[in-house]
Amino acid sequence: MSDLGRDPLNKISIEIKDLYKTFDENAALNGISLRVTEGESLTIFGPNGAGKTTLIKILATIMNPSSGSILIDGLSIRDQPDKVRRKLGIVSHNTFLYQNLSAFENLDFYRKLYDIPKERIYEISALIGMQSRLYDNVSTLSRGMQQRFSIARALLHNPSIILLDEPETGLDQEALELLWGILKNGEQKRTIVTATHNLSRGLETSDRVLILVKGGIVYEGQKQKLDINKLTQIYQGHTGGAK
Amino acid sequence: MNVDKLKVLTVAGCLVMIAALYMIFVYVPTEANMGVVQRIFYFHVPLAWLAFVAFFIVFICSIFFLIKKDLKWDRVASSSAEVGVIFTTLFLASGSIWAKPIWGVWWTWEPRLTAALVLWIIYIAYLLIRLYVTNKEQRARFAAVVGIAGFVDVPIVALAITLWRTEHPSPVIFEGGLAPSMLYTLLVSIAAFSILFTILLLQKLANNTLESDINKLKEKIK
Amino acid sequence: MNFWRKVWAITWKDIISEFRAREIIISVLVFVLLVIIIFNFAFGAGVEVIKIAAPGMLWVTFAFAGVLSLNRSFILEKEEGCLEGLMAAPISREIIYTGKTLSSLGFMLVVELIALPIFALLFNLNLLTFEIVTITFLSTLGFAACGTLFSAMAVKTKARELVLPVLFLPLVVPVIIGAVKATGMVLSGQTWAEIANWLIIIGSFDIIFLVISFWVFRFVIEE
Repeated sequence: MSDLGRDPLNKISIEIKDLYKTFDENAALNGISLRVTEGESLTIFGPNGAGKTTLIKILATIMNPSSGSILIDGLSIRDQPDKVRRKLGIVSHNTFLYQNLSAFENLDFYRKLYDIPKERIYEISALIGMQSRLYDNVSTLSRGMQQRFSIARALLHNPSIILLDEPETGLDQEALELLWGILKNGEQKRTIVTATHNLSRGLETSDRVLILVKGGIVYEGQKQKLDINKLTQIYQGHTGGAK
Repeated sequence: MNVDKLKVLTVAGCLVMIAALYMIFVYVPTEANMGVVQRIFYFHVPLAWLAFVAFFIVFICSIFFLIKKDLKWDRVASSSAEVGVIFTTLFLASGSIWAKPIWGVWWTWEPRLTAALVLWIIYIAYLLIRLYVTNKEQRARFAAVVGIAGFVDVPIVALAITLWRTEHPSPVIFEGGLAPSMLYTLLVSIAAFSILFTILLLQKLANNTLESDINKLKEKIK
Repeated sequence: MNFWRKVWAITWKDIISEFRAREIIISVLVFVLLVIIIFNFAFGAGVEVIKIAAPGMLWVTFAFAGVLSLNRSFILEKEEGCLEGLMAAPISREIIYTGKTLSSLGFMLVVELIALPIFALLFNLNLLTFEIVTITFLSTLGFAACGTLFSAMAVKTKARELVLPVLFLPLVVPVIIGAVKATGMVLSGQTWAEIANWLIIIGSFDIIFLVISFWVFRFVIEE
């Protein structure tokens, strides 16, 4: 049970208890328990196959756990999925954008699903600096521009919790900086959970880090007490140099 | 089911089957119209009945699996489907063998055979979807969906085919009343095949459970 | 109602997407035309033969065209992980099912309503009657209801092009039988009363599979 980040005065954004996920008798997640406080930025490191993406997908409600409970802002994913989903925004290496539609039509589609007024589309496009390309067909946009619109799509409904699944795989340097700029500088306190391979950027953007190996948490530490060298050492120690 | 009960069942099954075979080939008199080949009726009917029972078991287990998510329901369903395919195949084959001497054709689009053919294909589709999916949980879920959809389709398929064929009557495989001796023979035969079905189902289930246990151990060792 | 608004959002999105690319409707139409031509060669030009074979030809064509069209339905969602985007949105899995079923229904109907006059022209048959349009609508509804469930499954398996024909076609046999018989009866001048039985069979299939697919869809789409 990790709750070193808990400040009794802060709300718990995400509470995970004994989360298991098995595929064909193989435990991708082996009894994870975790608490993330509101406004905290948690980065999860781990080699391939550690279960990072599985954890993010389960938090995003894209995948069902085999057992265990998850509470988002005190709400259970199982009992109130729609309420929970409104609070979550996901950025993964897939853009979730329909290639045949324009960026506007994509955002319009998603805003209908989240019950967001139309004006928000213009707001969010301005925020990512892409108003000029709003009506262009997504397939005509460069990968970088598509990524920016993917960020817009993720933030459209102003989620209080952001889940990032290996953002550096899907987003280029510019888009990454744009994303973290928005996430860190907004007035809204957002809880951020990032799964990543990139030790330095992952440490930089975090308040707390975890290392996940073979579906279990093997290390947890506060950013203040770490630097990149220490972290690299610890990481190598737990993963035997595995990437 | 433990080994002793299975042994008892097997012995009982053999006895009943011997009795059934005796009744089918010796005891019951030859039917007036169709001659000796009519004796296939005593295989054909139990096979059809048990194929239906097998499919029903697939249906019920599929529902239970989706609700309870316990893979044991999936193992029973898949065992039942496999045995059911065999029984359906034999049902179709026996119908074909029956049709040939009576009507001179290997196949007739008679409602019951036609419906059985479509159902056979649906059963095969159930087994095929299991082949196409490697992940065990996903395979069980998809198979359960096919098992439910397939079984629910059965009455509609039967109704549509029957309505279709009544407009084009064709050779009918069997009809008419049953003399007492024929009825007794039929009942014993049904009993014999039911026991056979149960034994096959339990054996298949035991195999599947063993395979699953072995896989679990393999994972632990890794 | 919120449910229908979101369903319509999905259906409308599919419609716009298809309108841009026109890939489903055009390719399926070309396929239909080819099948009609091949059937023509297969059966020869005898008028009596055509009259007897026409309903069968029509519905075999529509069944295979339906499979092609249904296959596309979820392949589009697989690109760029859009299906995950749908699953992460605050909409029930049933909304996804209904939205996709309606859009598939729409595409198949467009193809069929264009194909019917072509068929009528090439074979000199009066296919443009209210009865036949009704039969077409009811049957296509059954295809869409059942097919959407299986195309969601198909897209998650290894052999995706095989799954749909192998699973879906046997199950929709009652619809095909009903559509063929009813169409044949209309062509030989029979009235509503006579084709009623077949419409009831197709209708029952529609209702049963709409309900069942609606209920089990989430087991197919969730992992």
